[in-house]
Amino acid sequence: MNLAGRIDAVVIGASAGGLEALAVLLPALAPGLSPPVFIVVHLPRTPPSVLAEIFARKCAVPVREAEDKEAVSPGTVYFAPNNYHLLVDRGPQLSLSADDPVHHSRPSIDVLFESAAEIYGARLLGIILSGANEDGAVGLAAIHDAGGVTVVQSPKEARAPHMVLSALKLRPPDRVLPLNEIADILRTLDRVGPLERMN
Amino acid sequence: MDAEVNSVKMAGREFDIEFNLLIDAIYHMYHYDFRGYAAASLRRRLRAAMIRFGCSSLSQLQHKVVHDAAVFPALLDFLTVQVSEMFRDPAYFLALRRHVVPMLRTYPSLKVWVAGCSAGEEAYSLAILLQEEGLLSKTMIYATDINSGTLQKAAAGVYDVDRVAGFTANHHLSGARSSLSDYYSAAYGRAMFNKSLKDHIVFSDHSLATDSVFAEVQLVSCRNVLIYFDRALQDRAIGLFREALCRQGFLGIGTKESLRFSPHADAFLNFVPTERIFQKRAEL
Repeated sequence: MNLAGRIDAVVIGASAGGLEALAVLLPALAPGLSPPVFIVVHLPRTPPSVLAEIFARKCAVPVREAEDKEAVSPGTVYFAPNNYHLLVDRGPQLSLSADDPVHHSRPSIDVLFESAAEIYGARLLGIILSGANEDGAVGLAAIHDAGGVTVVQSPKEARAPHMVLSALKLRPPDRVLPLNEIADILRTLDRVGPLERMN
Repeated sequence: MDAEVNSVKMAGREFDIEFNLLIDAIYHMYHYDFRGYAAASLRRRLRAAMIRFGCSSLSQLQHKVVHDAAVFPALLDFLTVQVSEMFRDPAYFLALRRHVVPMLRTYPSLKVWVAGCSAGEEAYSLAILLQEEGLLSKTMIYATDINSGTLQKAAAGVYDVDRVAGFTANHHLSGARSSLSDYYSAAYGRAMFNKSLKDHIVFSDHSLATDSVFAEVQLVSCRNVLIYFDRALQDRAIGLFREALCRQGFLGIGTKESLRFSPHADAFLNFVPTERIFQKRAEL
């Protein structure tokens, strides 16, 4: 699947087993990447989240924890902070919320995916990875209904398949793939042109 | 659920137009100003409200809001209510206890403003903390919110007893000097907080979007409220806090909130940076 010229942003949702999956996917993002990447990973609520630090070392693109009302930068990976929902708003800019957990989760994948589908419409790529609850299924369906591209990790490969199975059940995604093939798709995403890079 | 989700999906542009019309209608009819609220969260809440009120468009919802006065208070709950916890982010309360309370002791009497108090969890948390530190008897806490229904619940101080275990754990981590159970009585699955706390809290209607400052205070606590505002409304709210605070008074905001982008930032010192506690500068 070649997504050249089709995608303005990527959203990824993961839960149990998701960190291993992200460790395969995120290093595939090439320097000079154009679309921003927004990620929700469910973690226990208490410790401060260190995801951005962990993945910054493994990635060729900038990796940050999302800040409220921050303007979205191209080619940057944003992790939702612990205990807040992450939404994408017009601008595009990032917005955090302390609203109730969805599927017992805050951050929730559905909340991120639905908000991003409203902003990016058909030019959004949504990916659901390993996880043990059903968060993300409704959000991935919203991306599909807005004309975006949806990809789900192969349930055979996912350490916890419940999340991908829930997504599969609600709406057949465009692709069901093992991680290495999802990584291949990420390699087809646009890079900023030499002119843009100079600015 | 699937069909419901689909039925409320519509072209984004139409939704945005109707969204702005509804927000304007609410402002003109009921004088609640959501025009400076962050749109992403509000959109999500309005989608939930459309399902609750059986509307397939925001225009339909607007029709109900304009023509049926009973609908607005219920809609307001969708637009405003957040469930908080007592002593949410215990490290914040621990920092207040360690670093702010010693300064508060120097005042003959204290006023504290909890802005955006919702159902009162934070106001009661502060009252308990101040009681433990021996300061409550000389303190008045002003707890404000725009939702009068929520304020009534806050004033009642009654919470489901199954939430109390979480409150107790948080309280303990905040450096508790007493047991949370000293401050409530439990019956019929509910925990009611004591009158001895309520005597020092005034719950009242106040909008950070449209109202002005009502008192001089030594401490403002406003947590996870600013994230629901756009930059301009954040500035307005921070300006009110700056005006309400006495010299060297304290401002606590949410863990993921910042003064950095506000023109008022220079008026404050970063007092406990990790817990987002600021002190208004003396020389201003």
